[in-house]
Amino acid sequence: MTAIAQRLRRLDTNLLQLALLTLLIFAGMAALNPERFLRPYVFESITFVAPELGLLAIAMMVAMLTGGIDLSVIGIANLSCILAGLFFHAVGAPRGPELANLGWPLVAAGIALALGTGLLAGAVNGLLITRLRVTPILATIGTGQVFTGICLVLTGGPAVVGFPKLWGLIGNGTAFGIAVPLIVFLVVAALVWFMLARTAFGINLALIGTNARAAAFAGLRTGRTVFLSYVLTGGLASIAGILLSGRTNAAKSDYGVSYLLQAVLIAVLAGTNPAGGRASVPGIVLALAALMLLSSGLQIMRFSNFLVDLIWGGFLLLSIALAAWRNRTR
Amino acid sequence: MSGIAQAFRRHPELMVAAVLVVTVVTIGLVNPLFWQPSNLFSLLRASVITGILGLAVLLVMLSGGIDVSFPAFAIAAMYLTVKAMIAWGFDSILPAFAMATGIGLLLGLVNAVFVHYLRMIPLIVTLGTGTAVRGFILGVVGTSQINIDQMPPKLIDFARTQLFSVTQADGSQAGLSAMVLVYAVIALLIHLLLRHTMLGRGIYALGGGEEAARRVGFNIRQTTFLIYGLAGAIAGFAGLLHGAMIWTANPRDMVGLELDVIAAVVLGGASIFGGRGSVIGTILGGLTLVVITNSLIILGIDTTWQRVVVGLIVIAATAATAWRDRKRIA
Repeated sequence: MTAIAQRLRRLDTNLLQLALLTLLIFAGMAALNPERFLRPYVFESITFVAPELGLLAIAMMVAMLTGGIDLSVIGIANLSCILAGLFFHAVGAPRGPELANLGWPLVAAGIALALGTGLLAGAVNGLLITRLRVTPILATIGTGQVFTGICLVLTGGPAVVGFPKLWGLIGNGTAFGIAVPLIVFLVVAALVWFMLARTAFGINLALIGTNARAAAFAGLRTGRTVFLSYVLTGGLASIAGILLSGRTNAAKSDYGVSYLLQAVLIAVLAGTNPAGGRASVPGIVLALAALMLLSSGLQIMRFSNFLVDLIWGGFLLLSIALAAWRNRTR
Repeated sequence: MSGIAQAFRRHPELMVAAVLVVTVVTIGLVNPLFWQPSNLFSLLRASVITGILGLAVLLVMLSGGIDVSFPAFAIAAMYLTVKAMIAWGFDSILPAFAMATGIGLLLGLVNAVFVHYLRMIPLIVTLGTGTAVRGFILGVVGTSQINIDQMPPKLIDFARTQLFSVTQADGSQAGLSAMVLVYAVIALLIHLLLRHTMLGRGIYALGGGEEAARRVGFNIRQTTFLIYGLAGAIAGFAGLLHGAMIWTANPRDMVGLELDVIAAVVLGGASIFGGRGSVIGTILGGLTLVVITNSLIILGIDTTWQRVVVGLIVIAATAATAWRDRKRIA
């Protein structure tokens, strides 16, 4: 018994609080409407919708780890899948059977195109932030506008509808009874966790976030490391874009705009310190679960989307207050 | 030559003024219709709301923060005030603007509480309050637009006031909106506050460094509450003015406006690191942004490019500011 208690104590208190919050939300929603909330369909749909938001939150967390932020993630996600969609429409006949049945080599090329776009967009952010020393907030506000603007110029406004079946499988399919997007999310989350917790790159990022000057004096190549962290953020955002467009079979310049606040909220709730230095992938997974349970519970109770926005915003402010209170008692 | 460079460095506003002159002359050369009084007057009129909101953002940026909640605050103040005017049947200008300003002030003070007492980064606080307030307005107060037939007539009459009008070459009349004068008065008051009062100097000092400002004897709490309270009050005032100028109160209005306003302020030479920026620079930055975005059609550029242009302006202006400040430090 004592061994278990000791292990529990060694766990981050923040993670325990998050797990408790998730349980509380689950219990609350189950108590409020048991017959509609406790159905397999509800949880199944969460496993399809949550991954794209989770990836954006991880992307936000990576940027926050060095004390920055990336407000262009939505723009990157949309630009990646719009470019891939236009590529598919160019090689296959638009909306015809040829497009839906594109072979895997072309779909793989589309994925490479989307990922490459994300990495390149992240590199632009990284260059602005590390070379030109523009603050992350303004640099990514600017590039976010440019990326969204390019989406508008390319599409003229309306959505790019119709993706190959194989592409849709990434957002809609199941493997071994589990949603493919969930598998993608868990694999990527595990990789990012490994990168942040077990490699020199991740440790360096946390050190830079804790004290950039000390890290530079300690001989870390801060510029290159921060640059790579924004490339990683861009790549993660483009994977979120792939999942989103795969699930909805469409790509548009203003999809997922409300995800920006939610990604920040999940990152902050997960115990990420926006001033830098602290980040936790397991925290993201728990915070994501808590908020997805909350939002699907509210949707079942027929709350309007605006009220859900009000609750998300309130939750963000509440989690800030909680974090401040936690730090004071320490 | 070095004399000019020195003048630019000593007065960053000259740089913005030069950009504005070059822009105006270029656009005027491409399309002489630009010089029509009606076009010039409408550009001045269009810069009123962006400019007043820019002054609110300037206050926050001078202190080293950033505010993305002001469009939501402006809309909340406008919509609640117009609803109250219709419901309670009062139709006079002064109480209406007092109410809108008061609503903005209260909301701004909420930001101040979170920034000062809970020590959270202003961007994340204002992201939360902005989303929550907009969710409250749309989810609780209402989503329906109040059109010209229901708008309080005195409000519309006030916004229609013209300073003077001239007869154009084709015989039509072009009038300059008196709202430009309202903008000028607010700008003058903020300028006097920033340059000639201890409270205003405290804002610059806080942006220069919180610890230093505290040791010199500035009251940090008072200054923070002044900044966010005043920024909220200005936003509330601008919101009602906006509704009066477009003859409608639309609770979904001003979405994404924060980016244009922030672009205008950074174009005006304000640094997000705080302590640098001026009212004159912000006015010039706002004018330049309005001239560029509103002249795309005259220049024969498709309006889908507008976002790309705004984004590039943000990137260029922040990169230039970062370069300028690095020179200072070196």
